[in-house]
Amino acid sequence: MAARTTTRLAVGYALAAAFIVAAPRFLDAYWLDVLNSVGLYVLLALSLNLILGDAGLFNMGHAAFYAVGAYTAAILNTRYQIPILWTLPASAVVAAVFAALVARPVVHLRGDYLLVVTIGLGEIVRIALVNDVFGLTGGANGIFGISRPMVFGYKIRRPHEFLYLIWAFVAVTVLLFHRLEQSRFGRALNYLREDPVAAEGSGVNTARYRLLAFALGAAWAGMTGTLYAAKMTIISPESFGFWESVVLFLMVILGGSGSIPGVIVGAVLVVVLPEVFRGFASARMLVFGLVMMVMMVVRPQGLLPFRLLRFKESDVRRAGASS
Amino acid sequence: MSALLEVRGVTKSFGGLTAVSDVTFDVQAGSVVGLIGPNGAGKTTTFNLITGNYRADHGTIRFQDRAIDRMRTHKIVQAGIARTFQNVRLFQQLSAVENVLAGRHCRTRSGALGALLRPPWQVREEREAAARAVDELAFVGLRGRAMELAKNLAYGDQRRLEIARALAADPRLVILDEPAGGMNEQETEELIGLIGRIRARGITILLIEHDMSLVMRACEHIVVLEYGQKIAEGSPAAIQANPRVIEAYLGTEEV
Repeated sequence: MAARTTTRLAVGYALAAAFIVAAPRFLDAYWLDVLNSVGLYVLLALSLNLILGDAGLFNMGHAAFYAVGAYTAAILNTRYQIPILWTLPASAVVAAVFAALVARPVVHLRGDYLLVVTIGLGEIVRIALVNDVFGLTGGANGIFGISRPMVFGYKIRRPHEFLYLIWAFVAVTVLLFHRLEQSRFGRALNYLREDPVAAEGSGVNTARYRLLAFALGAAWAGMTGTLYAAKMTIISPESFGFWESVVLFLMVILGGSGSIPGVIVGAVLVVVLPEVFRGFASARMLVFGLVMMVMMVVRPQGLLPFRLLRFKESDVRRAGASS
Repeated sequence: MSALLEVRGVTKSFGGLTAVSDVTFDVQAGSVVGLIGPNGAGKTTTFNLITGNYRADHGTIRFQDRAIDRMRTHKIVQAGIARTFQNVRLFQQLSAVENVLAGRHCRTRSGALGALLRPPWQVREEREAAARAVDELAFVGLRGRAMELAKNLAYGDQRRLEIARALAADPRLVILDEPAGGMNEQETEELIGLIGRIRARGITILLIEHDMSLVMRACEHIVVLEYGQKIAEGSPAAIQANPRVIEAYLGTEEV
């Protein structure tokens, strides 16, 4: 049973990878761009899943960390001519430090209270960007003229080139996040989600893990911001509004909170469905909303509430034998 | 020689209500101590003060000659006091073995970076932690249910799983809050055997329990609370004969 789910997951990832690799052969530039968008949202949703799905911390201001990463990359690139991909670590660190600082005083809040605070956080960041904070962010116009990424001396500019860059990053992220899930760190986040009092009472430093969840989730959102800035070459505050945070929250809950493949499916559906419903013209968001409601009523646990078992029966048997 | 745990003049009020008032008692290393009293006497509050869930208004709590009354809960667990909860608090959506691994958390150290890079020491640490968790499951008689989600276990099994999780933290002192609550007679009988085996491992036990037959059989020292105050302390025989204890439990005779 356990072995079968692992195999199924591997087959699913292999098929998805094959589809992405072959996509430029049968999709036009428009749909390739949709796929790029899907990739960025998959990254953002996975990073939010660390905070919301794994640690159970209701964060509805995730776009703030995405924005911090994107602006860090844009500022370093346009002002100091640092190649855009070289700014990835800086975006990750700045977003993580920012998240740790702002989360520190509020992270002990539970559920709905934290949700309200993070909504406020997202708005503060957006408004600060609009008001050209420190004279660095370019106000409502944003920052333009961000240079194209170079990979091994090759300039990335066309949709199918970005497709490979973004989805390679997705592949690495999925691998790393599965490793995280299967570790002492990942378990600690789950203990926190299931029962913070029992987690602390079992010896888990819950305050520390809350902050780490925020910092790590923000770091990944920050790096996604860099990729976004590189792809668009122009960024402005309107790309990081409240709606972005809501959509990311939706992807995690809809796909299956805490499940990596589930969150990927959630992100794909939330980006692709409105495109598919273009036939309904102005009613497309209505249809999309209805689909969403029906799914939440019929499957409240999410579409793919599937988690890899950390231990299989064979592991337990082996552990029992070695002791 | 000083006791393993020393509770000295501990007081805790919630608003106008004094839940625990000037309570003093010792827990000697290697013993099984019972904390009893009528409902609302302040037993669980006393436990929460020891484990750092609450902070005492007055008084000191020392464990192994070290003040712990200002330490945070996870630090107290690390210092060697593990507990179970009155209303079972397991990680419901996780398997039994993952629940027990929570107890191993404070004795292992690999972090996020270790998880991403998976160095050999981290792989070894995980394997050892899993082996220990399986051992503790076997110790409480749940070896065959390792893969079961905690929420799917029978109530008595959930209580034993909580004990396994506490034991996995290598405690010197285990605090059990109504371990026989909701158990039938046969399960209670097994629990008494389990308490004996925990003690045989050299682990000291402090427990709250309403089942008097369990308390009288399992404990060698009993502390009685009523209205937040200690009214008696002594051996089971002495407690059973103590008029104040009888009064607390049965009420005074109408004159």
